[in-house]
Amino acid sequence: MPPTKRRRPLPEGSEWSVPAIEQYDAAIGETARHYELDCYPHQLEIISSEQMMDAYASIGMPVYYHHWSFGKHFLSTENRYKRGQMGLAYEIVINSDPCIAYLMEENTLPMQALVIAHAAYGHNSFFKGNHLFKQWTSADAIIDYLVFARSYIAQCEERYGEEAVERLIDACHALSNLGVDRYKRSPRLSLEKETLRQKEREAYLQAQVNDLWRTLPPALAKETAPEEKRFPEEPEENLLYFIEKNAPLLEPWQREIVRIIRKIAQYFYPQRQTQVMNEGWATYWHFTLLNTLYDEGRLADGFMLEVLQSHTNVIYQPPYNSNWYSGINPYALGFAMWRDIRRICEAPTAEDRAWFPDIAGSNWRDTFDFALRNFKDESFIAQYLSPQLMRDFRFFTVLDDDERDRLRIDAIHDERGYRELRQTLADQYNLGSREPNIQVWNVDFAGDRSLTLRLFAYQRRPLQESHAAVLDHLAYLWGFTVRLEQQNDDGSISLLGEQQAEKRRRA
Amino acid sequence: MTVRIIDRRFDSRNKSSVNRSRFIRRFKGQIRKAVAEAIGKRGIRDLDNGEKVSIPGKDIAEPQFTLGKGGVWEQVHPGNDRFTQGDEVERPLGGGKGQGKGAASNEGEGMDDFAFTLTREEFLDIFFDELALPNLVKRQLARVEEYKRVRAGYTSTGVPTNISLTRTMRGAAGRRIAIGGPYAAKLRELEEALDKLLLSQREGDPEVEALKREIAKLRAKIGAIPFIDSFDLRYNNRVRIPQPTTQAVMFCVMDVSGSMDEGKKNVAKRFFMLLYLFLSRNYEKIDVVFIRHHTTAEEVDEDAFFHSRETGGTVVSSALELMRDIVRTRYASGNWNIYGAQASDGDNWNDDSPKCRELLSESILPACQYFAYIEVTEAEPQNLWQEYERLAASHSGHFAMQRIATVTDIYPVFRELFRKRA
Repeated sequence: MPPTKRRRPLPEGSEWSVPAIEQYDAAIGETARHYELDCYPHQLEIISSEQMMDAYASIGMPVYYHHWSFGKHFLSTENRYKRGQMGLAYEIVINSDPCIAYLMEENTLPMQALVIAHAAYGHNSFFKGNHLFKQWTSADAIIDYLVFARSYIAQCEERYGEEAVERLIDACHALSNLGVDRYKRSPRLSLEKETLRQKEREAYLQAQVNDLWRTLPPALAKETAPEEKRFPEEPEENLLYFIEKNAPLLEPWQREIVRIIRKIAQYFYPQRQTQVMNEGWATYWHFTLLNTLYDEGRLADGFMLEVLQSHTNVIYQPPYNSNWYSGINPYALGFAMWRDIRRICEAPTAEDRAWFPDIAGSNWRDTFDFALRNFKDESFIAQYLSPQLMRDFRFFTVLDDDERDRLRIDAIHDERGYRELRQTLADQYNLGSREPNIQVWNVDFAGDRSLTLRLFAYQRRPLQESHAAVLDHLAYLWGFTVRLEQQNDDGSISLLGEQQAEKRRRA
Repeated sequence: MTVRIIDRRFDSRNKSSVNRSRFIRRFKGQIRKAVAEAIGKRGIRDLDNGEKVSIPGKDIAEPQFTLGKGGVWEQVHPGNDRFTQGDEVERPLGGGKGQGKGAASNEGEGMDDFAFTLTREEFLDIFFDELALPNLVKRQLARVEEYKRVRAGYTSTGVPTNISLTRTMRGAAGRRIAIGGPYAAKLRELEEALDKLLLSQREGDPEVEALKREIAKLRAKIGAIPFIDSFDLRYNNRVRIPQPTTQAVMFCVMDVSGSMDEGKKNVAKRFFMLLYLFLSRNYEKIDVVFIRHHTTAEEVDEDAFFHSRETGGTVVSSALELMRDIVRTRYASGNWNIYGAQASDGDNWNDDSPKCRELLSESILPACQYFAYIEVTEAEPQNLWQEYERLAASHSGHFAMQRIATVTDIYPVFRELFRKRA
């Protein structure tokens, strides 16, 4: 526990001022260091609500290229905000080094302190510690890259016309959710090695084929002419990467823009994978840091009440049958899980000891650190969701099979259901199963150069109707006919759609 | 180490304006349609506000490959209050609050209308755009030569009524002090010397007498300084600056007989709106008088003007007579700029048309800045048109007429109007 010697109380009242924010930041920072939170240095930026809406529209980025879709988001945010249908989130934090946290001028002093603790220390330390962020994003370079992206795209607009650039960006945005690498690419091989490998592969395949031939009647063997080399040799799941590297008709500047959008999509990929962990972590820490300060007698009662009121709103989880229910609140689940982990470490029950023998009774800070570094939502839940928590949330699973008339409850929060419940919930946060598994399957290089994508339907889940529009965008990028096939669970293949490329006007 | 706090509130506020205008440009077609609908609902004086418009959500969707409903989904929900393992329940879960819950964790595709607010500028832009008005015309203001006198300090010449008393008296006091100052100092000096001298000498001493004479002379000099001099006079100065007259009245005259259907009225309404807009850029205060007529004319409010429908024949002169009378009783002072706009489908009693021409040329046009007649029809011109054509020849620049079939034809009328004083 932090030292309990009495220190000067921090400023009270609801009006914030820059010196007051500085004092709070210093006090919160001191407490955070005491808890050994490892953060990037940060800077706080004070902005107006209008600027907050700007930031919303450009996914929180301080600089971003121009595109109509951001205007659309701005308009809808503005409309809803002005009609009082939504409050603005009180924080946006940018995963950069230094980490940038926005404070909105409308907020009261307690809210500013909450945001500082939440964003500038909570999220910040998550960005710095989690392996996904470490592996996929370079916090020190992102702002520079965005500046580059914006000026490059602006130059292209000047040179090739806004329309052409817009068309391209539209197409890239349509594919951006499938424009990320899920696994680290192996470093590019040298040409020599590549050729060597390719020969090895061919020899291996040949051996396989020869082996087959031996058992086949000679007449049949003749018909199986040596097969055309497939392209791509292995299915590619990063559609934008494939386009950038292989689309035959793209001009160099177009490839560069595809690359920019792919890179930015990749940058956001870890955020999409760690929502529960990340928000839970930040919420846990604003709660802990401010409570610690309160225990030290440095925060006024009124201040703490406002913080707690806001905190309680954030972590509210409406039940499934509530009007406000729209899925599981990641703040609620994440916060509860981190708290629960600490509980398991500090005061394990017999059940906890049985379920979590390795962490029950361990040092909670070490356990936190390990969990922070090595997991994403899916694995975090699979690893740490405790029976206690499932009971607290009164979780249950619902199986919705469109071939059955009724929904079935497969598991609830009881002894028989814990494992299945946990597995189902973890799977729910697996981006791999939430998003369609579409891969570049084949390019008909010998024929019409058409590109074939294949959807591997999982659990018979169909694509959203809009796939035809996406194919249209893809055809624009590829320049020739594109096709989308579906491979069902039973191995059968069906054609979902085909789109011819419009004739491209050579610039 | 203190934290870096940057106040960004005064940075440029319109980071999104580029994106916003691109959005509007891209969906101009849809927005235009929404604006057209909005105009139908607006009052014609209500052009100074932005407009909330909504356009179909599917048009502006950003499609992606996402999973839809169907197939097998297994989901975890919180708040179990009644289920045990193996229960089967009807769809949808949770008593059908209808939020599309259950199936997909992905958001459904937003097919709701996308609603947002256009600013006044954006709204007018689109409004004008449809009317094919070039920018030049949109910005140009036709000046009306009228002057206003405004204060411009003080002058030393002028008429007595304009004398500024305070300024004048202040100047006089200053002058008296400036001129009389040295005498007053000398006077004080001499009086002191006299007082001193009287302590040692008696009255009648030549020295004393000399001082007394000196003092009397000085007193006379000081007394001779005029209390006010023509030099002191200051007059309030006023200069004339050209000023568009600040008030105008616009007469909207429309035929509401059976043959004017909603479509024609709508075209007429656009025309009235545009005229109003033009006037509102020139005048501070605008009265609008709505006169509708069939066989008889009456003055009505805006709502009744556009939304009621009468039957029967048409006597155009009845409306013009009413307009003339209203001008005489209410707007006769000459302080009003009078604009007339008449919309009709061209039907009129044959006998009545010459009378209309007469009314216009004798009583109305002389009082008007401008009178525009639009005929909303695709049929052959009738005798009202022919009579008016004679007017157009004799009152060019004052009177414009145009046949309009669709909304886009409104522009030429305005080109006429703007050219007038260009």
